[in-house]
Amino acid sequence: MSEHIVPKKTYYAVFGALMALTAITVFVARFDLPWILNIVVALTIAVTKATLVVLYFMHVRYSSRLTQVVVVAGIFWLVIMLVLTASDYVTRGLLAPVVSISAQ
Amino acid sequence: MSTAVIPVEAKPRTTYLNAGQTLKSWLLTLDHKRIGILYLISVTFFFLVGGIYATLIRLELLTPQGDLVSAQTYNKLFTQHGITMVFFFLIPSIPAVFGNFLLPIMIGAKDVAFPRLNLLSWYVFMTGALFASYAMFAGGVDTGWTFYPPYSTNYANTYVIATGLGIFIAGFSSILTGLNFIVTIHTMRAPGMTWFRLPLFVWAQYATSLIQILGTPVLAITLLLVALERTVGIGIFDPRLGGDPVLFQHLFWFYSHPAVYIMVLPSMGVVSEIIATFSRKPIFGYKFVAFSSLAIAIVGFLVWGHHLFTSSQSVYAGMLFSLLSYAVAIPSAIKVFNWTATLYRGSISYDAPMLYALGFIGLFLIGGLTGLFLAALGLDVHVHDTYFVVAHFHYIMVGGALLAYLGAMHYWWPKMTGRLYPEGWARFAALVVFVGFNLTFFPQFILGYLGMPRRYYTYAPEFQLLHVLSTAGASILAVGFILPAIYLLWSLKKGPIAPADPWLATGLEWRTSSPPPPENFERTPIVTWNAYEFRPQEEAEVIGGGKPDASSLTGE
Repeated sequence: MSEHIVPKKTYYAVFGALMALTAITVFVARFDLPWILNIVVALTIAVTKATLVVLYFMHVRYSSRLTQVVVVAGIFWLVIMLVLTASDYVTRGLLAPVVSISAQ
Repeated sequence: MSTAVIPVEAKPRTTYLNAGQTLKSWLLTLDHKRIGILYLISVTFFFLVGGIYATLIRLELLTPQGDLVSAQTYNKLFTQHGITMVFFFLIPSIPAVFGNFLLPIMIGAKDVAFPRLNLLSWYVFMTGALFASYAMFAGGVDTGWTFYPPYSTNYANTYVIATGLGIFIAGFSSILTGLNFIVTIHTMRAPGMTWFRLPLFVWAQYATSLIQILGTPVLAITLLLVALERTVGIGIFDPRLGGDPVLFQHLFWFYSHPAVYIMVLPSMGVVSEIIATFSRKPIFGYKFVAFSSLAIAIVGFLVWGHHLFTSSQSVYAGMLFSLLSYAVAIPSAIKVFNWTATLYRGSISYDAPMLYALGFIGLFLIGGLTGLFLAALGLDVHVHDTYFVVAHFHYIMVGGALLAYLGAMHYWWPKMTGRLYPEGWARFAALVVFVGFNLTFFPQFILGYLGMPRRYYTYAPEFQLLHVLSTAGASILAVGFILPAIYLLWSLKKGPIAPADPWLATGLEWRTSSPPPPENFERTPIVTWNAYEFRPQEEAEVIGGGKPDASSLTGE
């Protein structure tokens, strides 16, 4: 197996990015954003960080196509779980109110 | 193929069975075949335990009153029956026993990709089993095998955490096996063994492994959440703390519905092998059968919500899940139609494995079609949580998975042990199992349709006739299980010596001696033929000479 040697520079850069994103998380937490933006910002930062870790620290960027397919499949399955579960939660309130039929 | 003849009086050759005789040589073995045997003994033991629970359940239900056990004990009986059978028998049964034994041989490899991980998986399984057994002996658990909150999290005073921990641990064994098989199939196929030359059993194992890897972690984390809910009350399933008990059902069934396919996909692989061998025909539509395994594995992950139709799940989600559940019938039907098309104009012989495989097709058909009843939103409201459901999933799990397990046991018994079993007794036992099974579970469809709820230890007197029939059937079924136990054990010592290929089958496992040598093949086989390519000249050789043709590979 051929191992891809990642230059230290890249690791430092990724580490710096992770630290910067952590700082942003802390900074943004000081403000109460309108609508659902609090969670949108927090999750966007979290997903970005996770992606950096998976691509560089876990070497997926330099791995074979097969490994990349496995990683994507794992995430895709998580998406299946979240989306189909959400199909229940987001539609629970949509049912029209039951019209009561009073006994004659 | 070579036509060399094995000398009958040659000194005992080294097989995987006599390569080491000590207990240590078994407990520290890295040989996939021996690990398969370790699993065989373990899961057969748990099948016996689960069977004892089933016997007590059926005895209690002989009369409408609760006269054998208390309500609380009855709850424990059906819970322990479900947990033992699902997690400690059905899920590991075919993959861990026959998958381990056969998969490397079928692809022409010497072992699985990670032999140490393979042994670890057995120890992990046994550790999980130890926890579950501790819980069982300490007093058992009464939540049902499904562990639904709020009962499991807030109210049950039985051994929920110990049992859950046992299943949690055993789950890792399932993940390790799946991982091992996927890497083995990808990287260790013999030269010439292309993907579309793989036996369909291997395709089925591959699809099963995907489910094991993608689904099991979700069950693990869900059981962990139940434990955390019980111990520190994190509130994820508790509405008073902002949680939702239905969330548990989503997470649990995200694994546990695909787990049904962990049980039945390998069985389908077994049936494909047996049908081809005893029809002496290549499987009709090989690629369709291969890809239908993958389709079942994938679509099987999209249907779990049909368990929640009456659990306050949104009706819109219900519609979606109903539709998707119907979709899984398509690849299942492809398999059944292709098996029957394989039988058409085949040269069929009714040996015991074939009887089990034919039984599988019929019973899986009934089990599958009644699954469509349950996937229908309206009808499910009527039959939900009744004996109709119990009958349906026993048709899949016993009529399907267990019959295939027995079929596989007979089909590969000569390969695994080097001995032939008594065919007459085996055919008789297969018929007893078929009759006993149907008498046990068919009345339960009627019971459920008439409104008998599941998990009740007393019932209205008008249901008694059907319950008596069911218990009578269970007794016959028990005979059908005891018979093979007797004659298979007998054959270990007294059975005639098995040739390398007693069924005149194709497949690499029949190209090596019975039982195989530790390294499976003397030299790496080079595959130049497709799966199920029956060759007349070979047949003539084997019949004419009466000698197996494995000599070229085992170097005898």
